[in-house]
Amino acid sequence: MAAVRTRSQRILHRVAVAAVIVITLIFLSPIYWITSTAFKSRAIATSVPPTVIFSPEITSFVKLFTRRVQLTKPVEPDVYEAAPWWEKRIYDGGERVLKVGDSVQLSQYPNRFQNSLIIAITSTLLAVSMGTLTAYGFSRFRIAGEPDLLFFILSTRMLPPVVVAIPMFLMYRAVGMTDTHIGLIILYTAFNLSFSVWLMKGFIDEIPKEYEEAALVDGYTRLQAFFKIVLPEAATGIAATAVFCFIVAWNEYAFALMMTNRRAQTAPPFIPAQIGSGLTDWTAIAAGTFLFLLPVAIFTFALRNHLLRGVTFGAIRK
Amino acid sequence: MAAMAKLTADSRAAARGWSDLTIRNLFIIPTILFLIVFNIFPLIYSLGYSFTDFRASVSEPANFVGLQNYRELLADPYIWRNFSVTAKYVIVSVGGQMIVGFGVALLLNRAFPFKGLVTTLLLLPMMMSMAVVGLFWKLLYDPSWGIINYALGLGTFDWLSNPDMALYAIAITDIWMWAPFVMLLSLAGLSAVPQHLYEAAAIDRAGRWYTFTRITLPLVAPLLLIALIFRTMEAFKTFDLAFIMSGQPTTEVIAIRLYKMAFQEWQTGRSCALAYIMLIIVLAITNIYVKYLNRVKER
Repeated sequence: MAAVRTRSQRILHRVAVAAVIVITLIFLSPIYWITSTAFKSRAIATSVPPTVIFSPEITSFVKLFTRRVQLTKPVEPDVYEAAPWWEKRIYDGGERVLKVGDSVQLSQYPNRFQNSLIIAITSTLLAVSMGTLTAYGFSRFRIAGEPDLLFFILSTRMLPPVVVAIPMFLMYRAVGMTDTHIGLIILYTAFNLSFSVWLMKGFIDEIPKEYEEAALVDGYTRLQAFFKIVLPEAATGIAATAVFCFIVAWNEYAFALMMTNRRAQTAPPFIPAQIGSGLTDWTAIAAGTFLFLLPVAIFTFALRNHLLRGVTFGAIRK
Repeated sequence: MAAMAKLTADSRAAARGWSDLTIRNLFIIPTILFLIVFNIFPLIYSLGYSFTDFRASVSEPANFVGLQNYRELLADPYIWRNFSVTAKYVIVSVGGQMIVGFGVALLLNRAFPFKGLVTTLLLLPMMMSMAVVGLFWKLLYDPSWGIINYALGLGTFDWLSNPDMALYAIAITDIWMWAPFVMLLSLAGLSAVPQHLYEAAAIDRAGRWYTFTRITLPLVAPLLLIALIFRTMEAFKTFDLAFIMSGQPTTEVIAIRLYKMAFQEWQTGRSCALAYIMLIIVLAITNIYVKYLNRVKER
C-alpha cells in the first residue's frame, strides 16, 4: 500500500475508493434484493417498476412455515376477529391456514431445513475428525508415495458430482439407501474428507514438532501427545475446517437433487422446487432463502481470516 | 496368560503405548479406505457399465457392447454441441471472473477505512449456495419486474428466455459469484509484492503502465494462474446455475446433458461412458492444478 504522496496520486486514491464503494454496493444488491423481498408484501414483491423502499412486514415468514389454501368465500368477521395477528395477515391475502383440529399444519420447509442441519452437521463431524487424524499422519510420519497419496485424496474432491452420482445411485438403489439421511451423509463426508485432510495438514504442519517431542521425553505416549498437545494447538484450524465443511455440505445441490426426493431432501433442491406450482409467491421463497443464507453469511464473517487458506486447500496462507 | 500380560505391561513398548507405525496406520488407512469404497469403487463399477447397453429403468440384463458407447458419443454432433456450449461458458465466465476479480483487487489494494469489512462483504457471494442464489437471479433477470432491466433502463429485455442471451446471463451470475475468489487470491499476491520494488521504480521515474507490467503482474501471476486453473475446472463441471436458471438448449452444458442422459432418459451405460470422458478431462486439469499449487507452496 503506497503512501499517498503527489496530488495526482491523491486524486487516483479517492477515485479508487469511490469505485470500491460503488462496486461493493453492486455486488451486495442481489443479496439486498433477496433480503428485501423476504420482508415485502406479495403485491410489491413483483411490482412494475420494482419497489426499492417499502415498510417491512413478516407475513412471508408466516407463509413459509404454514400450509395454506385459497379462500373460496370471504372469511366470517367473528372468525377473523378471533384469529391471532399472523393468521389475519394470511386472511388479508385471500388465503387461510390449514389446520388439523386446532394445531396449524406446518409446511415442508422446517423439515427440509432440519434435514439440511442433520446431514451437514453429521458429515462435517465425520469429515473433520477423520481428516484431522489423517492430516496428522501425513504431517508427522514418513509415508511411502506421499505426494501420490495426497494427489489421490485431492482428486476425489474434484470429481464432478454427476459422475459420482450415477454409480452411487445404482448402488444405493440396490441396498435401499436412496432418499436416506445416511446416504447423503456418506457422500458429503467423502466429498469433504479430502478437503479436510489438505486443510488440516496445512494447520498441523505449522505446529512445531518440538512440542510433541518434549512431551514424549516427559513420558507422554504418542497418542497422549496428539490429544493433549497437538489437538489444542490445532483448535483454530479444526474450527475453520469444520465451518468450511459445513458450508459446502449446507450449500450442496447436485447430489441432493439426484439422491433424495422427499424424506431426506435438503433445502437447496427443495427451495427451487416450490416454483412452478401455480402462481409463484416470491416473498415466501425469499423468506426461506433468507433463513437458509443467514448461517452462511454469519460463518463467512467468522472465517474471514481463513478464507484464502480454505479456497486453496491450505496451500496459501496469509 | 497372566505371565504374558505382565510381560507386555512391563515392556517398554507397552509403556509407550501404541507404536508410531500403528498410529500412522490407524490415522491414515480409514480415510484411504473410505475414499476407495465411496469414490473409487463406484467409478470402477461405472467403468464396467460404460461398456454395456444397461438401462437402470428396465429390468433387462446389461449386454456387453464394447466401445460402442464411446464411439457413438464421440460421433454425436449433439454431444459436441454440449461441449462447445461448455467451452463458451468457460471462456466467458472465467474470463469475466479474472478481469473483474483482478480489477477489484487492484482497487482494494490500498489503505482506506473499513477495508476488512468491505473485503469480507465482497467475498459473501462465493460462500453462498449456487442453486439457491441462482434461483433469485431469475427474479432479478425477469423482463417485466426484474431489478436489472429497471436499473439498466433496458425496458423488457429478455435475458433467460432468450436463447442467444441465456448463457451470457448465467455467466454474469457466475462472474458475480466467483470474481470474489479471483479477487481474494489476487489480493494475497498484491500484498506480497515488496514495497521497495515500487519505491525503486518511482525513483527511476518508471511510468504506471511500466510498473504494472514489469513489477505487479509478474509477481501476482502465479496466484492468478492458480485461480485461472481452478475456476476453469469448476466452470467445466458447472451444473447448478445453468440447471436452475434456464432450460434452453443453448445453455445445456455437458454436466446437464450427463444428468439428463442418466436420470431422465435412463441411458445408464451410455451416461457412464460420457461420465468417463468428463472424468478424464477433469483429472487432467486437476493434475495441472496440483502441480502449480505445490509450486506456489514451495515459495
